[in-house]
Amino acid sequence: MPISLEVPKKFGALVYQANQAAEHVFRPNSRKYDRAEHEYPKELDALAALLDGIAAGDPGAIGGAGATAGSNGSVSGAAPKDPNAIKNGGNLASVLAVTEMSWGDVGLLLTMPRQGLGQAAIAAVATPEQLERFGGRWAAMAITEPEAGSDSAAIRTTATFDEEAGEYVINGEKIYVTSGDRAELIVVWATLDRSKGRGAIKSFVVERDNPGLHLDRLEEKLGCKASDTANFSLVDCRVPKENLLGSPEIQTAREGFSGVMKTFDNTRPLVAAMSIGVAKAALQRARELFTDAGLEIDYDAPLHAQSAAAAEFIELEAEWEAARLLALRAAWMADNKKPNTVEASMSKAKAGRVATDICLRLVKLAGAVGYAEEELLEKWARDVKILDIFEGTQQIQQLVVARNLLHKSSADLK
Amino acid sequence: MPQQNQPTLAERGMAWGLQAINMLASSDLLDRLGVRGTAEKILFTGSRQSVRAAGAAGRAFQATTRLTAAQRQPRASRPRELFDITPTEEQQMLTESVRDFALARIRPIAREADQQLAAPPELLAQANELGVAIVGVPEALGGVVEERSAVTAVLLAEALAQGDLGIAVAALAPAGVATALSLWGDADQQATYLPAFVSDNPPAAAVAVSEPQPLFDPLRLATTATRTADGYTLSGVKSLVPRAAEDELFIIAADLDGQGPALFIVESKTPGLSVSPEPAMGLRAAATGRVILEDVRVPAGALLGDGDPDVYRELIALGRLGWSALAVGTGQAVLDYVTTYVNERVAFGEPISNRQAVAFKVADIAIELDAIRLVTYRAAGLVDAGEDFSKEVALARTLTAKYGMQIGSDGVQLLGGHGYTKEHPVERWYRDLRAAGLIEGVLVL
Repeated sequence: MPISLEVPKKFGALVYQANQAAEHVFRPNSRKYDRAEHEYPKELDALAALLDGIAAGDPGAIGGAGATAGSNGSVSGAAPKDPNAIKNGGNLASVLAVTEMSWGDVGLLLTMPRQGLGQAAIAAVATPEQLERFGGRWAAMAITEPEAGSDSAAIRTTATFDEEAGEYVINGEKIYVTSGDRAELIVVWATLDRSKGRGAIKSFVVERDNPGLHLDRLEEKLGCKASDTANFSLVDCRVPKENLLGSPEIQTAREGFSGVMKTFDNTRPLVAAMSIGVAKAALQRARELFTDAGLEIDYDAPLHAQSAAAAEFIELEAEWEAARLLALRAAWMADNKKPNTVEASMSKAKAGRVATDICLRLVKLAGAVGYAEEELLEKWARDVKILDIFEGTQQIQQLVVARNLLHKSSADLK
Repeated sequence: MPQQNQPTLAERGMAWGLQAINMLASSDLLDRLGVRGTAEKILFTGSRQSVRAAGAAGRAFQATTRLTAAQRQPRASRPRELFDITPTEEQQMLTESVRDFALARIRPIAREADQQLAAPPELLAQANELGVAIVGVPEALGGVVEERSAVTAVLLAEALAQGDLGIAVAALAPAGVATALSLWGDADQQATYLPAFVSDNPPAAAVAVSEPQPLFDPLRLATTATRTADGYTLSGVKSLVPRAAEDELFIIAADLDGQGPALFIVESKTPGLSVSPEPAMGLRAAATGRVILEDVRVPAGALLGDGDPDVYRELIALGRLGWSALAVGTGQAVLDYVTTYVNERVAFGEPISNRQAVAFKVADIAIELDAIRLVTYRAAGLVDAGEDFSKEVALARTLTAKYGMQIGSDGVQLLGGHGYTKEHPVERWYRDLRAAGLIEGVLVL
């Protein structure tokens, strides 16, 4: 097969479905839940049921943020029997679908029932028995603590094994849990032994109605207001030992933690896709507004021979295209079992920074129209900022890329 | 040199230069300072800059066999089944051999070529043997590659520029002419000119679009072509033309009767055509020069692609694609070089790569380099698929102008003062990468 960076026609139906859902369910409710922070977007229940139906029929289909990451549902090439044949599979499909959904509204996508990032963690390390119990349920992810953000190895939440009861007892504080109040399950990161470092960090599935899990508050945020962000205290929170995901053994620091971090290789391109979707919405709407205002763009003429607005617009499109192709590449590598830690981080770093830049500069170019709530441009500019922060900040992505390129340990390059 | 009553500006400049030389050479200042040799070398180079000469004598381009119809390479398009960034086996083999050549043969002499304002002829001959100049020529006319593939051309340009950008331009400029003739030449034009390009002794040649105009726009040319009873008359100045002094054939972009740009095949020995050296910030190994056209008369058969405006726009886009591919190759050279350097360079008791300020710059070089690369590959893929590629090329061009230069600048910055000297290649890459987002034409992928 020759080099082709086009989206295969086979994904046309998937992209169309996602786009339709985004256009007819997300967009009409976009401003509503931006204003009504913490109100549950009940319109999503019907859509979620529809998506469950589609996903049941095709594991590679739509799929939101993480639920199908790493899925084996694939669209293969001319020779599907050849194990070395290039595949376009679930990771690529997820990036495409997430882009379209985020074009509709990224806050609503983040709070789609049963599509939480927790399922990515479950899918990555769960046993078959755990998959049976937890698969398909709405799972949130609780990693961050007041004193441990990007340095997730420094978490203080502890899990102590009570042999008599056959239960783990979890104590600690978790913040920034996306959909924490709405989800059925919360995947909580806790350490079995703080003195043993990263290898002792395990993830535990906690049912939302567990009496040891206390909702402290819901954050009031800059954007993505449709998506609730919860803070919890865990006080003697007991979970059956079968709720520890993966192996209970304390592993050597590197292998244990790297297993957990592997989840990010699949989810980071998806967060990049969210950035790309929001920026796509902003570029599309801005182009309409600017065209009505008389802007002409000529791709054959040099930037310096056009208006400043036209030149800036082309520059923003170039940045967007770069981010999009970096994300598709990272997903394509995952589909073809190529190690993609570097490329996944590259895609999130580029998408996070350029999407924020694109949205903010389009607000500037659109002036009062862009800044006022009449249009969604100002909302997208607020929504997009978090995408350069969660699932690893811009700086964490640069760190991942730099350490890999320069062959540095985390002790050398802090 | 054309005989004229009034001295040209160049001649005046030379006259002034001779007076200065006389004054300088007769002074004993040079000997006292012990710099006579250096001064003489500078004067030699300076005089080359002001010398204007007729175009290269050139060979007689003649059709030995007639073609009944123009030949075209079939397009390497395939149904768009998969997103895939894997080169074909043929592309991998070609690219690897060219990259090996670039790193083993070109890189070691690149500094010398930059200083000598010329690429060694034997090196260019070796590059030709690798086939880099004729990948765009149909097999029926002696080409080496079965299908038309801009992707292949991008990969080759990238691989060559990993050795040196200036030498890559010197090697690929004739390919631009050969590819243009293959894509848009009629049967007579192909029969007349293409056999020379596939011969053992291919001519130097260049597609000349850029002009010495600030804010230059290739869609608004100052060079004019006027239709006459038996052909066209061309007047104007073309800038930064690779190997101008030895070029035997040009494709000249000129505004045809005020109707917009068109392309003309012009032999270097045509009366009224002269060349003068135009050394620049970079691309020095490509021996850039100006091509001056003063009432140059060409036959009716010199018009390429029937003067179709779409052909011209396509040529401009394929040129920009080529410059982006070159920037990717040289950007890769920068990344590889600084990666080694920052790991080895010790300051404050540890490698400077242990610092985020340094390490993050390397990470960003890698990210932006892959960004240019992927957008360039996508644009080339669209060319091969026969789809509209003008927007994608514009995006690649925009990234190349911005980040290609950023990479060049960061390459010097990361080496600090060492990067500013000729001890390291990063200062040359800095100068060369400025060209990649700026020059029009020359390359046609």
